[in-house]
Formats: sequence, structure tokens, C-alpha cells
Amino acid sequence: MLEVKNLHASVAGKPILNGLNLAIPAGEVHAVMGPNGSGKSTLTNVLAGKPGYEVTDGEVTFNGQNLLDLEVEDRAHAGLFLAFQYPTEIPGVSNMEFLKAAIDSQRKAQGEPAISAMDFMQQARAIAKRLDLNPEFLKRGVNEGFSGGEKKRNEILQLLMLNPKLAILDETDSGLDIDALQVVSDGVNAFRAPDHSVLLVTHYQRILNYVKPDRVHVLARGQILRSGDASLAQELEARGYGWITDAA
Amino acid sequence: MTEAREDLEKLVKREYSAGFVTDIETDTLPPGLSEDVVRFISAKKGEPEWLTEWRLKAYRHWLTQPHPNWAHVHFPQIDYNAISYYSAPKSQADGPKSLDEVDPELLRTYEKLGIPLHEQALLAGVKPDPDLPVETAAGNLGGQVAVDAVFDSVSIGTTFKAKLAEAGVIFCSISEAVKDYPELVKKYLGSVVPFTDNFYATLNSAVFSDGSFVYIPKGVRCPMELSTYFRINAQNTGQFERTLIIAEEGSYVSYLEGCTAPMRDENQLHAAVVELVALKDAQIKYSTVQNWYPGDENGKGGIFNFVTKRGACIGANSKISWTQVETGSAITWKYPSVVLRGENAVGEFYSVALTNNYQQADTGTKMIHLGRNTRSTIVSKGISAGHSENAYRGLVRFSPSAANARNYTQCDSLLIGDRCGAHTFPYIESGNASAMVEHEATTSKVSDEQLFLCQQRGIDAEKAISMIVNGFCKDVFRELPMEFAVEAGKLLEVSLEGAVG
Ligand SMILES: Nc1ncnc2c1ncn2[C@@H]1O[C@H](COP(=O)(O)OP(=O)(O)OP(=O)(O)O)[C@@H](O)[C@H]1O
Ligand SMILES: [Mg+2]
Repeated sequence: MLEVKNLHASVAGKPILNGLNLAIPAGEVHAVMGPNGSGKSTLTNVLAGKPGYEVTDGEVTFNGQNLLDLEVEDRAHAGLFLAFQYPTEIPGVSNMEFLKAAIDSQRKAQGEPAISAMDFMQQARAIAKRLDLNPEFLKRGVNEGFSGGEKKRNEILQLLMLNPKLAILDETDSGLDIDALQVVSDGVNAFRAPDHSVLLVTHYQRILNYVKPDRVHVLARGQILRSGDASLAQELEARGYGWITDAA
Repeated sequence: MTEAREDLEKLVKREYSAGFVTDIETDTLPPGLSEDVVRFISAKKGEPEWLTEWRLKAYRHWLTQPHPNWAHVHFPQIDYNAISYYSAPKSQADGPKSLDEVDPELLRTYEKLGIPLHEQALLAGVKPDPDLPVETAAGNLGGQVAVDAVFDSVSIGTTFKAKLAEAGVIFCSISEAVKDYPELVKKYLGSVVPFTDNFYATLNSAVFSDGSFVYIPKGVRCPMELSTYFRINAQNTGQFERTLIIAEEGSYVSYLEGCTAPMRDENQLHAAVVELVALKDAQIKYSTVQNWYPGDENGKGGIFNFVTKRGACIGANSKISWTQVETGSAITWKYPSVVLRGENAVGEFYSVALTNNYQQADTGTKMIHLGRNTRSTIVSKGISAGHSENAYRGLVRFSPSAANARNYTQCDSLLIGDRCGAHTFPYIESGNASAMVEHEATTSKVSDEQLFLCQQRGIDAEKAISMIVNGFCKDVFRELPMEFAVEAGKLLEVSLEGAVG
């Protein structure tokens, strides 16, 4: 699904990623962990094509396509979804209107007609319910005045509505209470499918108890310094990152 | 400047779709202004002596007035002798008796603008638009709208007259009203905006050519929306309409005006006057969707829109509400105001003013509280893109007699790009200690983060901007009649093309 080779990227002239390699096959969930400031969000932003991030070397293929050649919205149309670490507010634009515009843009790119208002509402209500979000949330401005946890659940609502191929979740579990963590994990698990992949950035082993990762990677100093199975996360929880970063 | 902003920059460049010119024979006065010109216009319209005299008094007063220069707009001195003060489609020299007599070329013009003047077509109503967000589409019911169309200087036809007459509502051109209801015109013309009011209102009083007249009798709720579409077509002409709306005791009317003009390289002057009179318990809702040609992307051409709009809440418990969506004109200079005389009277002003490229807008309102317990609400949303300048100017005045009067003002600016300007000039004058004002103001930008969020979800930058801007304007669009809210939303989208920046 996703293959990142020798990726170098800088922000504001400052190199952050220095030869990062990562491959996520279809159907797998990969967790990326790493110290603050190590470049995790940078990686997710580079993959999504955020302006201001300069790729200086390396390549990224996404389902056979050269991802780095695509515009931001074309990456979305190709099935890449990013759940933001800090979701932005869009005052006055209702969640519903926003989601419908997003779905219709993607359908249009696929050459499909716009979703009917009825189908859209039915889906949106069902997914909101599954995420324990009051349907009133659909009418509120995008993230406008949402609590931290509500914003994160709203990202998962968008994920399930848009149904992409690759979900990149940047610390979607941070700031969630115990029940919300369960709800969000259920949402991610509902997304899992043989043709869906997940790149899950997290600081905590906790979510990995609910969303079982196929692989765990440690990102530090702009590279993947170590990879392993789910047990690596437990080891990190117990020992921290020093033993990996010092050894490198 | 980030890449997102540059993308934005590229985005605001769609053509002005109402910019075509209608090829039609006109009866146009040569440029220049004099007492003879004033007399000619008055004679052409077969006006009574008192009105000719009123025009002449205005003209003589105008000659003594210096050009005002306090607004935050810049333009070269206007040569008032280079403008023609009267232009009428020739075939309509005696005025159409019915729509069947209207030149088919004119009807086609209005069709192109999407304004059907045949009642048949109007009866078909407005179909819900499948492209709209669900919330909006659901409420977009087809309604009946009576239309008065003003082409250059004359009204070319008013629809649904018979149906309105049944309810006792008068809706006709002001020229007809002068002939058919002279006592009403004489009583109210200039009663809200006297001919001495300001430079442009004075000029208008001298040379006004046509406009709409509305009279709603006591206790009548006008059975449909009334609407006037103004179209400037001829070259080198000024357009000076005069609109007068009178709502008798306990009546209600909702009125909409729309405006477009062809694309021309030179500037054209539009100096209209609108007067509203609301008697006891009466309500007038006046909505404007103004899309005069704004000039090209380099600031060449476009309409100078210098308009005086004022309503008088004369009676107790009366209410006047102005809602405007202003996207056109090279320069906009207008302050729809309400004089709150009657006890408990309510004045409202909801405004969206969007400027792009080199447009300049200095717009706002005046709420003059004279009566006890009078209340006013001002919600102004200014959007600036390109190199444009957008100023809100608002006056709230409480006279000593305005005990317990209240005003709420909310004034928000949204900037797209970093070469445009937004300015706020609030003036508050309180002569009564029991009066209260609440003022909120914000300035925000369409952020890179918002754009990135939209684009990451698959929405292109252009659509994203228009969605964000529409969201910003929601409080105002809510006040527009449904069909026009839809129109206004689309207009913003068009006006923003190429503005992403
Ligand atoms: N726009 C920017 N300008 C300058 N430096 C930046 C910018 N964006 C990120 N950085 C720097 O790049 C480094 C990596 O940041 P990044 O957000 O990718 O870290 P992270 O691994 O996601 O951290 P956290 O766990 O705290 O979320 C940090 O040192 C950060 O300060
Ligand atoms: Mg981060």
C-alpha cells in the first residue's frame, strides 16, 4: 500500500527527516512511536502533502503511484486520509456541509455523482451514533468549540464517512478519556479491512491494547531506528527510548 | 508567503458573468448637467410643477456643495458634465403598457440574467438546487416574486400587478406613481432623505430617472416578495434611481433589489436614493444583492456606487431591517440607516461586503435612536481579497429622548491573502445615560490550516475558500429570503474566483 524509501524532508530550511524507510502492506496496522519533536507529525504532513514541507530526497509510492507528485487533494482522492494531531476549526461551516463537500469532491474525482442527501444523512447519523457523538454535532461548525476529545472523535467520524485506503492517525488517542479511547479504537477497528491500512502515531501503549498493530516502529532522529512486533511497544513503555536512541 | 497562499492567489479569477452589453436603440441625452437637463427629465416624465420645482431646488443646492472626501476610498475627480443623465430604450419611449409590449431584446437581457419577467415563468417557482448542502436545499421552496425591472433609466415592466392589486398593494415605477398617486409621492418623497441630505442624494433628487414605488395599505401583509432588478446598459450614463416604500400601520413587506451592469472600461456612476417609511406596527424587510460590475482584475472600469438608503421607523413598534450582500462595484459607498422615532421601534442591519482585486468599499450603517426603548442590531461581515480595501463605518446615536435604547453591534472582518485591507470605524454618540451599546469586533484570516484541512479531505482550494467565506457570512445569509440566500452564496463564490490569496 505505502512504501517510503530514504525520505529526507525539511521544514523552514531545517532537516527533520533523514533517510526514513517504511513499508505498510495492505491490510496492516503499523504504529509509529518516538520522542517529542522526533518528526512523527512531519512524516504525516509530508505524506499528506502539506505546503511548507520540502522533500529533499527519497521517494514514496502509494498503491503504485508516485505520491510526492500529487497535489494535496489528489492524494486524498487516491485514498489517503490524515487525522490531525490538532484539528482546525472552521467557524460557520457545519460538519455536515463540510463532510458532504468532501464526499462529493471525492466521488466527483472518481467520476461518480454526488451522494444523495438521504443516504448521506443516514450514514452520518449511524456513524455518529457508533462514535457516541450526539447527532447535533453534525450541525455544529467544523470543530468549532469542540472539546479536545470531541475533536478527535470527529476525525474518526470523517475517517469512517470518507472510507479511504490508508488512514494516518496522528496521536488520535492523545487527550481521550478511557471511554472515548474505547470508542475511537472501535472506530479504527471498524475501518480495518484487507484493503485498508493504518499508520498510527502514538505515544502510548494503551491504544495498542485495543487496536492490535502488525508492526511497531520507533522514529527518532528523523529515521526509523527500530521495528518490531506489538511487544516492542510494551518494551518501550517499560524502558523509554534511551536504549534505542543511544545505541544508534 | 506559503504555497497554500499562492494557490489561493491563483484562485480568484472568474469572469463577471453579467458583463454583456445589450444592443438596443436608446434615447439618450447628451452628456452634461444644467437646469435645462433637469427640466428636460421632468418634462419627459410629464411631472407636475411641484416636482419640477423640487428637482430644481435640489440642483441649485447641489451646485453649492463641495464633493465629500471623508470616506476611505480613492478615485479621480468625477466630471459631472461628462455624464449623460437620461437614457431610455427607444422603443419604450411612452412606457410599456404591459409586459407584452416590452422589447423582446430587453426580455432576453433579463432572461440571460436569470430574471424571468414573464409571470408564467415566475409561477414555475424556483427549483431546489441539487448542488446545495442539504440544510439549504431542504428549505429552498419555490416562491412567487413580483419583479420590477429598471433598465438604464426607466422601469420596463412590473409583474404580478393584478394579484398585488387584489391585496391593495401598489407596486409600480416611481414615474407611474407620480402620475397615479401624486398625493402619496408628494407626502413622502424626500421625507426620509431630504434633498439637502448629502452630495449624491442631492444630485439624485435633481436628476432621478426612475425606480420603484411600493405602498402597503393598513393591516396588509404583502402576499409575495417584491423585487426590483436594476440594470445599467448604456455607456457614459449615470443611473439615478429613486425608490420609495411606504408601509402603513400594521403592514408587512419584504423587498429585494438586485443589480448588474455590463463590463466597460470606464467607470459609471450610480447614485440611488432609497426611502423607507414604516408606520405604527409596520415592518419592512429590505434585502439587496448588489453585483454591479466591479472593474477588471487590474482595477479598470466598474461602477461607482454612491447610494443613500434610509428608513424611518415613524410609528411605535415598527421595524426596518436592511440586509445586503455587496460583491460588485469598483467603489461602494453606502450606509443603509434607520431613524428610530417610534417607541419600541427596531432597526436592523445585516451586511456582507466582499471586495476583491482593486475594489474599494466603505459601507456600514447609521442607527439613530430617538424614541424610548428603541433597539438596533448591526451585524457586518467584511471580506477582503486581492488588493482590495474594505471599511466598515457605523454610527450609533442615542438622542436625549432615547431612554433605555439598546444597540448590539458585531463587526467581523475576514482577510484572504496579505495585500488587502480591512478597517473599522465605529462611532457612538450617546446623549442618554440609560442607553446601552454592546460592540464586538473580530478580524480573522482564512488560515493555511483551514485550507489544508479542506484539501486533505479532497476539497479543492477554490471550493474550500467559498465554503469558509459562506460559513463566515452565515449570520447574514440567514436573514435573506431563501431563494436569495442561495443566489448570494453563489455570487460570493463567483466573486472570489481568483481571490484565493
Ligand atoms: N513549521 C516549522 N518550523 C520550524 N520547525 C518546525 C516546524 N514544524 C516542525 N518543526 C520542528 O520539527 C521537529 C519535528 O516536529 P514534529 O511535529 O514532526 O514532531 P513530533 O514527532 O510529531 O512531536 P510530538 O510528539 O511532540 O507531536 C520539531 O523540532 C519541530 O520543532
Ligand atoms: Mg506530533
